[in-house]
Amino acid sequence: MIDVKRRAFAAVVLAGALLVAGCGSDGAGSGADATAPTDPANLTGDITVLTNRTDLVTDGSMDKYAAEFKKVYPKVNVKFQGITDYEGEVKIRMNSDEYGDVLLIPQVVAKADYPKFFAPLGEQAELSRTYSFTDYGSVSGKVYGIASFGAANGFVYNKDVWKQAGVTAWPTTPEQFVDSLRKIKAAGVTPYYTNYKDGWPLSSWSNVVGSVGCDPKANDKLATTEPWAAGTDLTVGDSLLYTIVKEKLAEADPTTTNWEDSKGQIATGRIGTMWLGSWAVSQMQDAAKKAGKDPSVIGYMPFPAQSGGKYCSVVSPDKLYGINIHSKNKPAARAWLDWVLHKSGYAETAQAVSTIKGAPAPAALSGYTEAGVTYIELSQADAVKVTAIDNASEIGLTKADYRQKLIDIARGAAKGDLPAYLTDLNKKWTAAAKTVG
Amino acid sequence: MTQTATTSRAAPAPPKGAKPKAHRWTPWVYLAAPLALLVAFTYIPVASMLSYSLTDWDGVSPDSTFVGLDNYAQLFTRPELFGVFSVSLYYLAASVLQIGLALYFATVLSFNVRFRNLFKGILFFPYLINGVAIAFVFLYFFQRGGTLDTVLRFAGVDSQFLWLGDPDLVNVSLAGVSVWRFMGLNFVLFLGAIQSIQPQLYEAAELDGANRWHVFRHLIVPGITPIISLSVILAIAGSLSVFEIPFVITGGAGESKTFVIQTIKLAFQFNKTGLASAAAVVLLAVVLLVTWIQRRLVPDERNDLV
Repeated sequence: MIDVKRRAFAAVVLAGALLVAGCGSDGAGSGADATAPTDPANLTGDITVLTNRTDLVTDGSMDKYAAEFKKVYPKVNVKFQGITDYEGEVKIRMNSDEYGDVLLIPQVVAKADYPKFFAPLGEQAELSRTYSFTDYGSVSGKVYGIASFGAANGFVYNKDVWKQAGVTAWPTTPEQFVDSLRKIKAAGVTPYYTNYKDGWPLSSWSNVVGSVGCDPKANDKLATTEPWAAGTDLTVGDSLLYTIVKEKLAEADPTTTNWEDSKGQIATGRIGTMWLGSWAVSQMQDAAKKAGKDPSVIGYMPFPAQSGGKYCSVVSPDKLYGINIHSKNKPAARAWLDWVLHKSGYAETAQAVSTIKGAPAPAALSGYTEAGVTYIELSQADAVKVTAIDNASEIGLTKADYRQKLIDIARGAAKGDLPAYLTDLNKKWTAAAKTVG
Repeated sequence: MTQTATTSRAAPAPPKGAKPKAHRWTPWVYLAAPLALLVAFTYIPVASMLSYSLTDWDGVSPDSTFVGLDNYAQLFTRPELFGVFSVSLYYLAASVLQIGLALYFATVLSFNVRFRNLFKGILFFPYLINGVAIAFVFLYFFQRGGTLDTVLRFAGVDSQFLWLGDPDLVNVSLAGVSVWRFMGLNFVLFLGAIQSIQPQLYEAAELDGANRWHVFRHLIVPGITPIISLSVILAIAGSLSVFEIPFVITGGAGESKTFVIQTIKLAFQFNKTGLASAAAVVLLAVVLLVTWIQRRLVPDERNDLV
């Protein structure tokens, strides 16, 4: 409907009339709540599920899940659409009504717009008793998106490489961490790999927010304070990255890095470590298996900072599942959503943190459990504002660009130095914060 | 002029209503399909883009507000948004080289040379490859210890250059890829134009004792001026809107960000579809302007030779 309006609007302009007004603006229809069905055997409907895991669609894993699902809900048919450029493509499809029944909510959709696109799944007060991360998908007390799974953050590292360099305990300060990397370099291994070229692995450095100072309000504070003031989480994280590159402890040519390659390289001990979400551990272990190595060589360590003698790691959700507000089979869609979260074992297979409260920690994080790492969930009270400032300032906390620039400065490929760059970022951020109400 | 007008007035006018109306519509029926496609896929999107450029639409939200010329004002008041056009200078310089090389090869291969067709094929081949594939090939080519370094080592040069990592070098490397890719197109255009010059002129020139340089300077160049000027327009427009090669190879990192990459980032990273649309409109205007200036400076005279 929106689409038709836009097109009609465009035609008016084409006709030469200087008529400019808002585009289609009536939002989406009033969808009923997507409530869970009561009678599985008689639930009918065909649903389409959009996913970014094209690999699982092509290798048939998704069909296996669907077959399992069909045992409980025999009259529901599930179809999958694997989309490679998930963010870009789904964003455009969301201008129409046809964006599947169950989908992963693209990051581009502003949280405030969730009620226009997705069916409400229930009251937050109630759902938060069962699910973690409901803060991320709730608008005024109602939940529109439930996290598919969560991940802790830290450094994926090759245990053998670290041991051979003589480092056995996790560093507790950034200085110690850099020191360890120097030892690794002396042992003839590339200590750190930035994944500069692919870019998105760099953006995970923004997850240091909260992990450094162990403050659940760290993200909300970005809305009111200078994110790169002295001693803030982002300053500590970005300074560490800067030092790593500046001291040539990262790969020689960041502009030609290759993500797929990097998995094999860390598995075979040609790379020491990379900062990534805990979801990456299982992928690196797979790479180790493929290279004929023991998967247990891949370890995971928290950010080198302690508060109260303990490490800290933010656990944050991956993409959220939502149900299309225009879906004709909302009960069937909800049935699939609940089944995936509770029964499919999808999160366990990926060694991810389950969204279900009280589920055991994944194997990838066994090291964290042993060391007694504190897990925190970031408050999302001001998340909408933080995202708005981020976009208005064109810095892109969740994008690669500003850290690529940081790395360029560190390796001498761009003018400037770290303090000047951080001041500049602060300036942009504060200016944008003023324009955002 | 007057004469024609008189003649047409003198011709007996067709009696009104004598012809069936359908005849008047016949050409339109033939034109309907291409026109519909043209309108649907070119003019409506351009019109939508114009309308988006006047709003603050984020590209996905159902709501957007009309902001007038704010986006344009922003574009012209933020120097860093226009600064990226300086990257285009590298590509512009490269296209001069590209046209020069293409002209050289076209001239050489228009004479009787051994393995003429083979060389034609070799020179034109890169243009046939998909741009994204080229970008991937060159990504490995420029890698540290990659193809280029290996070849240089065979030649005894142990290069320590970061072809894509050095900010002074990255645009030169990328522009080099662009030359490699598009020279074939210029070459074929020039060759076609040269071959359409009447062979008697060459014979006459030969009888008059002209050497190869004279033939080139006084026969070939004037003969293909329209094609050269077309190539120049294409080269300028192309260097202002470079996109796929830097986008796939470097993603616009470092100093390699072009205006189009910046536009894409505004639209799809920072959700400023309105501002990005305005940037696209400005790029369109700049290209049209440059073309217009170029046409004024080098008027398209009808040439006797073509």
